Amino acid sequence: MADKQVIKRAKYKSSVKDPGVAGVLKMGMERFVFMPNDPKSTTKLNVEFRMIKGHKFTKEGSSKQALLNLTQDQGGNYIFEFDSFADRDACREFVDFMPGSVAVQNVCMMLALHTFYSEKLANAIAFHAEAGRVVPDKSAPPVNNEQLSREETERRIKLLQENSELQALHKQFVYGGILTEAEFWATRKKLLDQNDSRRPKQRLALKNEMWTVKPLSDGQTNRVTFNLTPEIIHQIFAEKPAVRQAYLNFVPNKMTEKEFWTKYSRAEYLHSTKNVVAAAAEAAEDEELAVFLKRDDMLANEARRKIRRVDPTVDIEADEGDDYIHLPDHGLLQDEAKDVLDSQYEPYRRSFSQDLNQHAAVVLQGRLVDVELGDTRTVAEALIRTKQAELSDEISNKNLERKLSDRISRIAEIEDLQGPRDPAVAPLSIKDPRDYFDSQQPNALKALGDAGSGTKSLRSSVSSREAYGSLRDIVSDIRVMGLSEPIMNQEVALKVLNGLTQNISSTKLHLGNNPHESVLDRLPKVTKEELMHHWTSVQELLKHFWSSYPITTKYLYAKVTRLKDAMSQVYPKLQEIKESVQSDFRHQVSLLVHPMLQALDAAFAYYDADVQKRSGRSGERPNGSV
Amino acid sequence: MKFQIEDVTVYFPYDNIYPEQYSYMVELKRALDAKGHCLLEMPTGTGKTIALLSLITSYVLSKPSNPVKLLYCTRTVHEMEKTLAELRFLHNYQVKHLGPSARILALGLSSRKNLCVNTSVISAENRDSVDAACRKLTASWVRAMAVENPNIPLSFLRIMRRLPLMRFCLPESIHCSYQYLLDPKVAGIISKEMQRESVVVFDEAHNIDNVCIEALSVSVRMQTLEGATRNLNRMSQEIERLKATDAGRLRAEYNRLVEGLAQRGNLPITDTWFSNPTLPEDILKEAVPGNIRRAEHFVSVLRRLVQYFKGRLQTENVEKEGPVTFVASINAQVGIDQKMLKFCYDRLHSLMLTLEITDTDEFLHIQAICDLATLVGTYTRGFSIIIEPFDERMPHIPDPVLQLCCHDASLAIKPVFERFQSVVITSGTLSPIDLYPRLLNFNPVVSRSFTMSLTRDCICPMVLTRGSDQLPVSTKYDLRSDPGVEKNYGKLLVEMVSVVPDGIVCFFVSYSYMDGIVNSWHESGILKEIMQHKLVFIETQDVVETTLALDNYRRACDCGRGAVFFSVARILLARLEYLRETFQIREGDFLTFDALRQAAQCVGRVIRSKADYGMMIFADKRYSRHDKRSKLPGWILSHLRDAHLNLSTDMAVHIAREFLRRMAQPYDKTGAMGKKTLLSQEDLEKMANGAGEMLF
Repeated sequence: MADKQVIKRAKYKSSVKDPGVAGVLKMGMERFVFMPNDPKSTTKLNVEFRMIKGHKFTKEGSSKQALLNLTQDQGGNYIFEFDSFADRDACREFVDFMPGSVAVQNVCMMLALHTFYSEKLANAIAFHAEAGRVVPDKSAPPVNNEQLSREETERRIKLLQENSELQALHKQFVYGGILTEAEFWATRKKLLDQNDSRRPKQRLALKNEMWTVKPLSDGQTNRVTFNLTPEIIHQIFAEKPAVRQAYLNFVPNKMTEKEFWTKYSRAEYLHSTKNVVAAAAEAAEDEELAVFLKRDDMLANEARRKIRRVDPTVDIEADEGDDYIHLPDHGLLQDEAKDVLDSQYEPYRRSFSQDLNQHAAVVLQGRLVDVELGDTRTVAEALIRTKQAELSDEISNKNLERKLSDRISRIAEIEDLQGPRDPAVAPLSIKDPRDYFDSQQPNALKALGDAGSGTKSLRSSVSSREAYGSLRDIVSDIRVMGLSEPIMNQEVALKVLNGLTQNISSTKLHLGNNPHESVLDRLPKVTKEELMHHWTSVQELLKHFWSSYPITTKYLYAKVTRLKDAMSQVYPKLQEIKESVQSDFRHQVSLLVHPMLQALDAAFAYYDADVQKRSGRSGERPNGSV
Repeated sequence: MKFQIEDVTVYFPYDNIYPEQYSYMVELKRALDAKGHCLLEMPTGTGKTIALLSLITSYVLSKPSNPVKLLYCTRTVHEMEKTLAELRFLHNYQVKHLGPSARILALGLSSRKNLCVNTSVISAENRDSVDAACRKLTASWVRAMAVENPNIPLSFLRIMRRLPLMRFCLPESIHCSYQYLLDPKVAGIISKEMQRESVVVFDEAHNIDNVCIEALSVSVRMQTLEGATRNLNRMSQEIERLKATDAGRLRAEYNRLVEGLAQRGNLPITDTWFSNPTLPEDILKEAVPGNIRRAEHFVSVLRRLVQYFKGRLQTENVEKEGPVTFVASINAQVGIDQKMLKFCYDRLHSLMLTLEITDTDEFLHIQAICDLATLVGTYTRGFSIIIEPFDERMPHIPDPVLQLCCHDASLAIKPVFERFQSVVITSGTLSPIDLYPRLLNFNPVVSRSFTMSLTRDCICPMVLTRGSDQLPVSTKYDLRSDPGVEKNYGKLLVEMVSVVPDGIVCFFVSYSYMDGIVNSWHESGILKEIMQHKLVFIETQDVVETTLALDNYRRACDCGRGAVFFSVARILLARLEYLRETFQIREGDFLTFDALRQAAQCVGRVIRSKADYGMMIFADKRYSRHDKRSKLPGWILSHLRDAHLNLSTDMAVHIAREFLRRMAQPYDKTGAMGKKTLLSQEDLEKMANGAGEMLF
């Protein structure tokens, strides 16, 4: 029942040094078979993948043989030598998807899926057609030739791997030939997109590591080596706007990228020697180098801009204007006078503390750009763009002052002196709803005892139209007035919560004495799983079924036929489940199965009606075209 | 909540109150009743400020016949912002409960740089340029010209709205920084406007003596003298120009000076330099001496003075003398007597106003010279003049400096105590509390230190004496630069950053030590290890940078990223001898006091409220000595367990882990175990009925 297989010429060896027996290796879904060329040879193999624990292989490129070593569960291994590395890799990839040995079924499926996507899509479908129940004839789906990109394929595989339920469905329907690959995924576009959009949300933070020049000196010559990676370059650009700007100015018009970074490293090296005078002397000779050596003016401007947005309760800078001690000649002489440098050297002084602060600030801000780090220029440009956006944000942000003062007054309040807020509001966060409603059962019971049936008293006579109207009114109210505080009338909220609690918890009452069990939990595990599985598969089938109407093409017609056949097979299976369970559960199971049957019945009824209509029409138009 | 303290109904903006807040208010109220000064120490995190504000405002409200005004002085502008926020909160509450009658006007005073709303002015680089730019737009003569010539930009209207509002409406509450009362150069502005019945509060006043001393100290370098010479040249030119164009103005000034400084009220009110409270009364009534009344005479006197200073700076040795001999030597050498010196400051300002000089930032040098002259001319004791030919650390580079050092903090604050009825000095760390009356030379009617009633042991002080290698650690001078000690401190920090959530602040004894140790940590890879756990911010000598770092540090802690802040706790003194002679305070005592006051202030901020928690690690073997340690505030000492007195790094880390885990547990805020740490209105009423029985 191998759905997919790889057949390669190979030699079987009992050990690496063994010359080996030439033959054909055939890898299938569940087992691999080795047939020696010499029919008389006794080294025939027929091993299930279940027995295989792992594999090893030789590296490509060397003069070594292309070996693949499959390790067996109970020790011992199978070594194959292939004619070429390409052959070996094909087999290796095949085996790659067999981790461990337990979920052989799944693994095979995954494996098949992988190859299924990769090259021989058309073949595979043809193959399915053979194995399946429907012979597609000319009504092959029009989308079967779609070329899936590599990422798309990977994403689908990933989704299937993450979601076992989805995987089961996929296996049942796509491999069962009821649905095509494209059809299956067409209804799950959202899932794919969602998966896609989720990715950038979790962005990697910047590394909290200072890049400092640790020159690698070889000790003999005077050469000093620096290592720069795209990550480091990104960090440099984020922390040193002047370097970023210089890069955009100089590269590639004035110098090459390599020259640029060489120069930069030279500047860093000069800094690390802490010799301001030497740095100034070098800068005087080379104006490009001077850009790196001088203090970063862009940074200073940014600081001046930021200082106005700083929280006033930490603003030491404001004091500077407010006392007279800082003035020259006033106050006592501080012990720690700044060492005075000649003014010509002043721009070249830079302290490690400054770098440290700037680094931490950048890390705190997080990764601003989401571009591939490979291309230096794009990184620089993207950073500049975000900075500009930030700037325009700041200018447009008028209520900054208010926000700040709100913040201060919030901080100023002493929390624990504050009495309980009136009325006391506890945040409602129900982590596990089932648990909550179960625990609420005693309350619900009491309420039931008090008021007869709690559920009935809540049932209102409002028509859907009225309900819709009132909802719309509320929504427009909120639009006009904004959300009031509290958002909802508390009494109403409490009533709704109580209603829900009673309703849900009391149904439990009728079903079991133990509140920590739901109906499904009390069924045997197998039955439960089967039921769940059928439920999802019926859902899937119905979804596709209804989405095919109205039937406008032959293709859809074929699809509906396929679906109908599949659905009709669900009936006996459900019946089977019902009969398999013990009598005391049978009622509950049938209760659970009932809605499925109803839904299926409705689908069949519609199908029959449609068929009749069509047959009536097809009498007029005998060639059946729509 | 609302409750009675004797005859005053106190409106307190919270539903509960800490017991120590309540007793703080009781003491404060008694001091106000007695119309005397008081000294109150209460740990940070117990809501000192709000207790103080709500008592004083309620006191005023309950005695409408006797409108007391509040003058609230904070140390820094950012503390003022916090106080104003609390006052705003309190005010909202009081207005809500009492109606519009509770409305008060409060003003926060700061420099033009912080108050100005003109964006082109505040974008100037530093305070002095802002001052000058602002003056260019707001000086009275500029405004007068603007009336005639509409082309002159008039931005003063908007600025005026915020700055000198108090002149017109006499606010009930003024908030400003210490300088406004202590610095003789600005103090007049405030103290002139406030009547005697005002309450003056110095919050966070633990180093008020240092502020007082700073306010009266001047240092003169070669650059100062050169700048002063330039200033004088410019003034001479201006005088010549004025003589040719508008000689009447100079004559008018001359006449004014004859009448005496007290009559300066003729000058436009916004520009006047107000009377100087530090100067003895007679100076205000006395006429300016005849030989400096004429502008050109005054300028030539200043020239001689500058010349004299230049001569003094040529010295080869360190010289030290008192003001009396200094003045005598000035008189002998350049013929300027003590009375002329005394008037220099005021005479200069009068001249600058007459000359309509707006770019005041250019004239700082000559102002410094005049400040010095006035101070030496006024005081005969409490000061000394020290001339040093070079910096101790670099003896081969001549960098002469002439310093006028004030030793006596009481000089600057004396007028405040005399001028106002009640002065409240309060802080979280005023230990030992009996030292302050001696330092500041006043007699408080109430002097009390409150302890903190804690619901749980939310502070965890410990003394670490040994590193992970069991060798002693200390920042004592001889041990400081030992690589082993540096490494031990580094290891301690690495361990702590991995244990402590959110924020850690590390204090170093000086910038140079901090720079050195951070660099060596960087080279040895310790910094890298620290950075694996937390972001690192560091205080630098650049204020803008430090502010940004602090802001970022705060955000990193708030958002959960966690950060370490390296900061410096400076210790500076130069006046031990004087203290011993005048106030009988022993040198050693004062040194320990000053060092520990710094330390206490550093760690004192560890908790913001009782719901908060924090650890403080004194990592120096000197703290294991009882005589040093005992100078720490009582509320810290009471939590310092004997078992935590002599720890090594590994033990400290273990204790930290345990402590932090315990603190993370939920607890009952009202204090369950017998003692009440939160009082409700009912509790207070019960207390009042039960004849003032204290609950803690």
